[in-house]
Amino acid sequence: MSETLWTLPNAVALCALLAISAYAILAGADFGGGMWDLFARGPRARAQRELIAHAIGPIWEANHVWLILVVVLLFSCFPPAFSALMISLNVPISLMLVGIVLRGSAFAFRSHDTRGDAVQQRWGRLFAITSLITPLLLGVCVGTVASGALHAPTGSETAWEIYFMPWLAPFPLACGVFALVLFALLAAVYLTVEAEDESLREDFRRFALQAATATFITAFGALLVARGEAPRLHDALTARPSALLFFAATGVAAVVTIWALWTRRYRLARISAPAQVCCILWGWAAAQFPALIPGWLSVEGAAAPTVTLQLTLIGLAGGMLLLAPSLWYLFHIFTHHEGEPTA
Amino acid sequence: MNDLLAARSQMAISLAFHIIFAAIGMAMPALMVLAEWRWQRTGDPVYLDLAKRWSTGTAIMFAVGAVSGTVISFELGLLWPGFMQWAGAIIGMPFSLEGFAFFTEAIFLGIYLYGRERISPRAHLASAIAVAVSGVSSAIFVVIANAWMNSPTGFRLVNGLPVDIDPIAAMRNPGAFSQTLHMVIAAFAATGMAIAATHAWQLRRRPASPFHQAGLRIALAVAIPAAILQPFSGDLSARYVAKQQPTKLAAMEGQFHTERGAPLRIGGIPDVEAGVTRHAIEIPGVLSLLAFGHRDAVVPGLDQTPRADWPPVLIVHLAFQVMVALGSYLALLALWAGWVTWRDGKRLGRHRLLLLALVAAGPLGFLSIEAGWTVTEVGRQPWVIQGVFRTADAVTPMPGLWVPFAGFTLLFLFLGVVTATMLYRQIIRRPQSDPQTTEQQVAQ
Repeated sequence: MSETLWTLPNAVALCALLAISAYAILAGADFGGGMWDLFARGPRARAQRELIAHAIGPIWEANHVWLILVVVLLFSCFPPAFSALMISLNVPISLMLVGIVLRGSAFAFRSHDTRGDAVQQRWGRLFAITSLITPLLLGVCVGTVASGALHAPTGSETAWEIYFMPWLAPFPLACGVFALVLFALLAAVYLTVEAEDESLREDFRRFALQAATATFITAFGALLVARGEAPRLHDALTARPSALLFFAATGVAAVVTIWALWTRRYRLARISAPAQVCCILWGWAAAQFPALIPGWLSVEGAAAPTVTLQLTLIGLAGGMLLLAPSLWYLFHIFTHHEGEPTA
Repeated sequence: MNDLLAARSQMAISLAFHIIFAAIGMAMPALMVLAEWRWQRTGDPVYLDLAKRWSTGTAIMFAVGAVSGTVISFELGLLWPGFMQWAGAIIGMPFSLEGFAFFTEAIFLGIYLYGRERISPRAHLASAIAVAVSGVSSAIFVVIANAWMNSPTGFRLVNGLPVDIDPIAAMRNPGAFSQTLHMVIAAFAATGMAIAATHAWQLRRRPASPFHQAGLRIALAVAIPAAILQPFSGDLSARYVAKQQPTKLAAMEGQFHTERGAPLRIGGIPDVEAGVTRHAIEIPGVLSLLAFGHRDAVVPGLDQTPRADWPPVLIVHLAFQVMVALGSYLALLALWAGWVTWRDGKRLGRHRLLLLALVAAGPLGFLSIEAGWTVTEVGRQPWVIQGVFRTADAVTPMPGLWVPFAGFTLLFLFLGVVTATMLYRQIIRRPQSDPQTTEQQVAQ
């Protein structure tokens, strides 16, 4: 088992999975922040928005690069899979890009526009609304792959059947909604730690609890849909030991998150909520392994020649040596630390 | 509009849009570093104001550059899945390295922009330097990948497929050095000149403004050496094209027939049907001299390439003429500005004609970059990988590509207009640090 598991392609695929996880728990929270900007309410709506902008400002662009890393790993190490995904998921990915462009630039325009007038508010609005698009479509794309609806072209299908039907389906859409609530949960949890004002912290605690409840509902909803729509995934998730392990861990992390929020143990929630997201992604990977695109391409079958994989791993190792201390420095400077005076 | 043309147009629009932000993202940090360094050295608030104002601009430009770059990294697959499937394993390496350079740039830009009050001045300056270095590195990696498309190495072709892949050899392709050098210098020249132009414009209205004097001096310190070096790096690039892509060179020069002692053509309109370039000023023997080092060298013409494999000659030739003309103007302007700065650098506001010439140069560097990339990309057609893989074979099988083309064109148009408005609001008309207030502060 161990000889066959630790192959080069699997190692690179694992790196890609970790990069996707990093993107989800870091950039995901930035998107979630945008959603809470949209839903900011009550007497402290303005303060809520300011806290969100303050927390996202210095880090969102660095967080965004994880997605680029995933794309690059896919096209250099699994070129046929990249090609297959970009062809069959062309429409949702294009829409996702529109979301990325508008969200990022709207946020930059708002942050660096210091006038506080109607124009700046309009950018804030656009930032908030477009923060919904990308997570939704990201979830849709992952859901489409996981559902096993993608397959090699048979030559007799219509454009509608190839480019729309696989993702315009209940299970991928359920995954999209699931991604939305998960990212909203992440953001609210992180913001409870970032908030320096007690009442603001209570606001985000309430938001986080609402999101956690929504997460439970959508998770069960998606699982129910999967039973009919993505039976292979459903069976693997509920029968395969490795997937089952992550499935169970997800549940534990989810319960811990709610308990931690309930008892105001925010730093614990800041660990358990992203752990929950990672367990979901890893459970998905475990459920479909060794397939890269279930029903179409496997990790081994789509892998680039050995030399490319080796060089990429060396490059990743070298890059992480540079990246890890830089990222630590960034988060060290801008994350709120306990013991600092609170407002 | 057929799908191939739609895909090519979408890629062209995306690249043309992104390259402006990429060039600014590459060169602006250097200006920030200089201003920041002067501020820390002299304590003159004018430099702090410059550093702050430039960094606001950089932050906006970097964000738009980052998101448009993301679009391009996906478009490689959305539009050209055939190309990426064929070449991904060979040429993914520089993109991976670029990923890390981009990471570093984003991290330290965040630290620089938001960390002024949180870290020491020395760490703050160091983070600006890290942004500048990683910005240039990421550009180098991306251009290496493009140079590979012009002079592919690092594999053997067997039955139309690559074998014996060597990604390191692919990165060390013959075009890598000259092309990255030409692009990096271009970014510094164009950005430096554009910033110089904005300060020159203000100096024409307020000749004594210390703020704009200082801004102009720093911008010129970057722009002058770059603009003067660029013709030399262009010469290097042209020799490389002559050797690696003779068809592209022939199109650039409007050289239809293979010729010993070929003339350099300045201007002119290539007539593809008749196979001649009309109305050009011809300097005998100079093309042979520039491309191959002696006046009676043979320059292969377009007649060496089957008619079906010609790039659009008119576009390539005109784009090349535009690039050379603008580059020459910038180089001469740089010599002039260098002379004046050396003689009378403290009172640049008095040299009104120079200021006018600088204002005129504002957009020219970027136009020149656009023209240069047009030469590179259109001149390689019909190939996506020179001589190996055709653009038509790379395009996605998805129908209706005019829809994303129209959509992304509108998106980029919208972003372009908004960015310009935003820069105007923030940089030029920023109320709380109006140039005049700065002048008053300095006067007090």
